[in-house]
Amino acid sequence: MKSDELNLNCYATLNLNQPWSLNTYKSTGGYEAWKTIIENKPSPDSIINLVKESGLRGRGGAGFPSGVKWSFMPKDAETKYLVCNSDESEPGTCKDRDILRFNPHSLIEGMAIASYAMGVKVAYNYMRGEFMDEPAIRFKNALKEARDEGLIGANIRGSGIDFELYDHVGAGAYICGEETALLESLEGKKGLPRFKPPFPASYGLYGQPTTINNTESLASVPKIVKNGVDWFQSIGKPNNYGTKIFSVSGHVVRPGNYEIPLGTPFSELLDLAGGVSEGRKLKAVIPGGSSVPVVPGDIMMDINMDYDSIAKAGSMLGSGAVVVMDETTDMVKVLNRISRFYFAESCGQCTPCREGTGWLYRMLNRIIAGEGSDADLDRLHDVASKIGGTTICALGDAAAMPVLSFIKHFKQDFEFYVKGYNQKQVAGG
Amino acid sequence: MLSSKIIKKIQEETKKYPENRQQSAILYALNLVQHENNGFLTTGLMDEISDLLEMPKVSVYEVATFYSMLETSPCGRNNVAICTNISCMLRGSDDIVKHVEGRLGIKMGESTTDGRIYLKKEEECLAACCGAPMMQVNHVYHENLTVKKVDEILDNLK
Repeated sequence: MKSDELNLNCYATLNLNQPWSLNTYKSTGGYEAWKTIIENKPSPDSIINLVKESGLRGRGGAGFPSGVKWSFMPKDAETKYLVCNSDESEPGTCKDRDILRFNPHSLIEGMAIASYAMGVKVAYNYMRGEFMDEPAIRFKNALKEARDEGLIGANIRGSGIDFELYDHVGAGAYICGEETALLESLEGKKGLPRFKPPFPASYGLYGQPTTINNTESLASVPKIVKNGVDWFQSIGKPNNYGTKIFSVSGHVVRPGNYEIPLGTPFSELLDLAGGVSEGRKLKAVIPGGSSVPVVPGDIMMDINMDYDSIAKAGSMLGSGAVVVMDETTDMVKVLNRISRFYFAESCGQCTPCREGTGWLYRMLNRIIAGEGSDADLDRLHDVASKIGGTTICALGDAAAMPVLSFIKHFKQDFEFYVKGYNQKQVAGG
Repeated sequence: MLSSKIIKKIQEETKKYPENRQQSAILYALNLVQHENNGFLTTGLMDEISDLLEMPKVSVYEVATFYSMLETSPCGRNNVAICTNISCMLRGSDDIVKHVEGRLGIKMGESTTDGRIYLKKEEECLAACCGAPMMQVNHVYHENLTVKKVDEILDNLK
């Protein structure tokens, strides 16, 4: 990996002095795209088409084309909202926190452009409650700088464009990263996902048409508008254009957030992170956050980091959280911890998820205690299969996928416990 | 009793939201009031917030008990939350927890008898996975923890 292929978009300010400041952002060409829009007032559709053409796909997890999502917003509605999802809580994921801390203006500009394209006048950035100290303060200070500079507010620079952007801080709940739960939370309620349809584009925040985008997706927009589609498509590969931030954590020498072109081989990303700790062998990788299927290390070494390649390997790019596990890892204990998480975070609305996540967790506890049986392995599979696809939101699927994939690829770890060879293995390395 | 300063701050926050949507400021209000009350909410304080934001008392209780950062029973004044999710677990968070529990003589979810420290029940991922293991103390993140570093942080809590 050459250094000129790193941090090309959302982290462009990262190595500069005070990367979060307005002046630093402007020194990298920041706000040029927004200022051009304010001056020339192009048709909003032309912006949507540009983002569509660029092929930008959502960076929060689903990978849905951002421009297409924007085009779902009704043109004639008087009141519409844009909400940025900075409720970053997917285990292993810490990329948006660093956008908020180190390049908050890229998000503000991205939200301004997106709002203009969709005819939105008021937008909110929903940040997870735990971000209230550093990331939320950085974002809030950046908002003030942008307001003082006349980049957001009413009748911006006499253009007739109105755009207000507010910060909103949560109070701790993974489920609020689900977009309709996030809207409920923003309305001041418990974060319970809404039944869909209606989708947010027709019935969203306060019952008005709303688009929800991930922090990294929105922060990617200004450079696409400024540099154009060709620039964006010169990075990455067809259907997987642009850069993506990967949060590499676990058993590596240099854990960190790496913004690299989509399609980069996993082996290069692993090299960037200094390789597997203590020269150990790679056992497994969760390539996109705790919700996606785990991939065995040898398969991972042959695939590229983009939506399509990871999907072909039976997993998902997800949020870009790459959790690396070495040969000493006890996969049963890792799955147990993941299952505890979904059990704790299930909102409880849907029976299969509320009951099933607890059931999975209890079975895994039993297996770790040396009291499991072969029947438990079948039952884990059975229960997980019955949660997936039977719930209002994707948390149910997210709880099921790790279970199914861990058993599929690492059955020997589970059999080790149920067959009575329950000697202590190293969980943490 | 909510101070006039707190009431003013909450009223100011409601201006971010459309008319009659002041309920949107509930998380801000609860976070703020909890902070001023040494780390937990009381029924009395929640009732005052319900009057202020013109929402049913039960809706405030519902919200306060749903979100993990909000505490509705008395606890120690310094909130210590150690992440134990996968990225932290792979880098030794279980040892950190064991050490802290031993040192403070309490389990996760308990407070020290002098009211100095509340060791939050097992904490979920706090989005600082590349700095694992990590913990949050009174909203401040501490990353790349070692036992020595944890001791220093805990010793400095008043």
